[in-house]
Amino acid sequence: MIFGLSVVFVLTSILTVAGALAAALLKNLVHCALSLTVTFAGLALLYLQLDAQFAGFSQILVYIGAVAILVVFAILLTRGSGIPEYRSYSSSWLAGVAIAAGVFALLAWAVVTSLPASPASAAPQVSVQQIGQALMSGYVLPLEIVAVLLTVALIGAVIVAMPEASKGDAK
Amino acid sequence: MLGEGILKGLGETAKNFAGSFVSKERLTTVQYPEERVAPIENTRDFPFLVYDGDDKLAGLRCVACQICEKECPPKCIYIVKSTDKKPDFVGKPQIYPARFDIDISVCMSCQICVEVCPFEAIKMDTEFELSTTDRFGGLLFDRDHLAKSNEHYHRIHPTEAAEVDARLAEEKAKVEAKAKAAAEAAAAKAAATPVAKPAPVKESGA
Amino acid sequence: MSQSSPFWTNFDQVFVLLRHWIESFFPLWLQPAVGTVLGVVAIVAAFPGIFALTTVLERKGLGRMQNRLGPNRVGPLGILQPVADGIKSLTKEDIVPLTADAAVHFLAPVVLVIAVFLGFAVLPIGRNMVLANLDAGLLFFFAIGASTELSVFMAGWSSRNKYSLLGAMRAVAQMISYEVPLLLSSVVAVMIAGSLSTVKIVEAQSGFTGIFPHWYVFTPWGFAGFALFVVAALAETNRSPFDLPEGESELVAGYFTEYSGFKFALFFLGEYLGMFSIAGFAITLFLGGWGAPLSILGFVPSWAWFFAKLFCAIAFFIWLRGTLPRLRQDQLMNFAWKFMLPMSLLNLLVAGAWRFLGEGWSRWVFGSAVLLLAYGLLGRVLMRHQHLGARSYRYAD
Repeated sequence: MIFGLSVVFVLTSILTVAGALAAALLKNLVHCALSLTVTFAGLALLYLQLDAQFAGFSQILVYIGAVAILVVFAILLTRGSGIPEYRSYSSSWLAGVAIAAGVFALLAWAVVTSLPASPASAAPQVSVQQIGQALMSGYVLPLEIVAVLLTVALIGAVIVAMPEASKGDAK
Repeated sequence: MLGEGILKGLGETAKNFAGSFVSKERLTTVQYPEERVAPIENTRDFPFLVYDGDDKLAGLRCVACQICEKECPPKCIYIVKSTDKKPDFVGKPQIYPARFDIDISVCMSCQICVEVCPFEAIKMDTEFELSTTDRFGGLLFDRDHLAKSNEHYHRIHPTEAAEVDARLAEEKAKVEAKAKAAAEAAAAKAAATPVAKPAPVKESGA
Repeated sequence: MSQSSPFWTNFDQVFVLLRHWIESFFPLWLQPAVGTVLGVVAIVAAFPGIFALTTVLERKGLGRMQNRLGPNRVGPLGILQPVADGIKSLTKEDIVPLTADAAVHFLAPVVLVIAVFLGFAVLPIGRNMVLANLDAGLLFFFAIGASTELSVFMAGWSSRNKYSLLGAMRAVAQMISYEVPLLLSSVVAVMIAGSLSTVKIVEAQSGFTGIFPHWYVFTPWGFAGFALFVVAALAETNRSPFDLPEGESELVAGYFTEYSGFKFALFFLGEYLGMFSIAGFAITLFLGGWGAPLSILGFVPSWAWFFAKLFCAIAFFIWLRGTLPRLRQDQLMNFAWKFMLPMSLLNLLVAGAWRFLGEGWSRWVFGSAVLLLAYGLLGRVLMRHQHLGARSYRYAD
């Protein structure tokens, strides 16, 4: 135990933070995307440490399996085909640092004030069945709204990607 | 119905798989070099020179006319004529090749040399296992290497050899008949006219 | 009864007993770690061994299907061919292109092999023989499988080669499209078994009515789910007829064009091991895992049944490879989105109806009717523009 935290937690957090820093600081865009993937994997490990199996594995499935692929496809299809030539630091970096510090302070305050007064209480055992039942009974409306949102996104993607055969035929 | 073709295809490959253990037509592999497939009669590979009889040089049909050397597309034949003469299959003295080299690394087996030869002297062989580690002369065949007997020709191309032999025998017979007729005419003429007027001597083999 | 005699039970559990015996040499606090290490060693030894056997069986099997012998010079009947292949790939020069992204180029096969080996952790090979009995085991497997797509992309991108990149994009598009039918067709088994844990799914299929087993494949939704899962599994592992990304006649070698020597061997290993693990999952979800096909054959050890089924699955994949031509990219994608996705959604409906119609013949009739009707209708609708008849040649007659 280091500073009251377990060794595994310290190692995982170092991995996550290193991945996030690399994603922000590396020059090659694809390298940034891949270090972001490492960050996602670190987050998944943190979830698994907290015994949230469903959240951890869904994190891997969705983030690494889909979002990371989406990010790299976006890089590929837009501009990342060559080696970047310019430095990616902007001139207004002081404002950036200030905003980042403000967001961090907000998040830290939110996390610290939500901690229970007495630590080491038993972690809740949430099984997949309970998640399923909650989704179907108490959280049905958010589920349906998300489903509608996904359908809209899918249809939008199909429309954007459809070949424009009907336009431009007025000759 | 969807998927019907796939099922039929699966049945066909299963038949192939099972049949390959029992029937020869479903497993057509010949395990070369332990087994070999007998070549068909029209197989051809690289040329060789034919000689009649037992002596390579005396029976060699080639008269170094150099037509094959001129007609060969990649120019892989190299002929040097001899300075003396030897009698050919009808008895007429002919020159013979002192050198007859074929570079089989260049030869493309087009058979043009065989087609243009007027003396049936060069024919196509069927030998193909000619790999050698000698980089410099291993694939350059000289006259002695190329000369193979008529019996060899009969073995590898029986029908063709029989035809060639028939044709050559016919020509020889024609030549001999002409010579006999000329000799008889000369003898008759010599008997008819007592004055020794030299009768024109017909060239044999014309 | 002969099936429950101690000899057959011990034979069934021989590997578990072996593990306990080895663990007994270590202190108590170290025993779980030792047990896990032994399980990992067993997996790392067994499945690459099966991979070596599969390469030679595939080449010989394909050869026989194509009217020729396979390799038969190395060892009796060519059995030692994988040894020769291994030596060849280990001693080949490792070529990395000059402009390639060296770090990513190196990491791509590593990520693939790690992801694929991790997938074996939740596969129940026999009774009490699973490495990690996770509650969300199925989810773990699919999550890990999604990571293989990342490695394919890494391989294609880092080579800085048009063909590799094209192959990688095609491969990733194909893998993502077929993830959806794969997951949906496996959800039916989860629905009926009531758990995401692979061990519980296998145990739910271990009953017998008379001598016939309760495997899910013998139900209408299970059969459809199994068929859909197998097709999607073929596409996920880039296996014929879905091997366009690595088609030798198409893209040189697709995303592993620039790999040589041991890294290529790692890709090959990763691909085949992925095939084994997903075949193992199909067996777990639909074919009863380590269960015997007839109750009278229960004395045969459970791990023997698992490997026998795995062998049959591999033979079937090889058979398919020898039979079918390669699908084109647009045919692939159409098939996934227009045929397999609707069928898997309908399958979910049928499985739900199965659960709620209760025991009896009505649920069989309903399930079979809906699925057959959908299959026929979808087939007709999607094929209505294809005129497949005898070929006619315009000039060569």
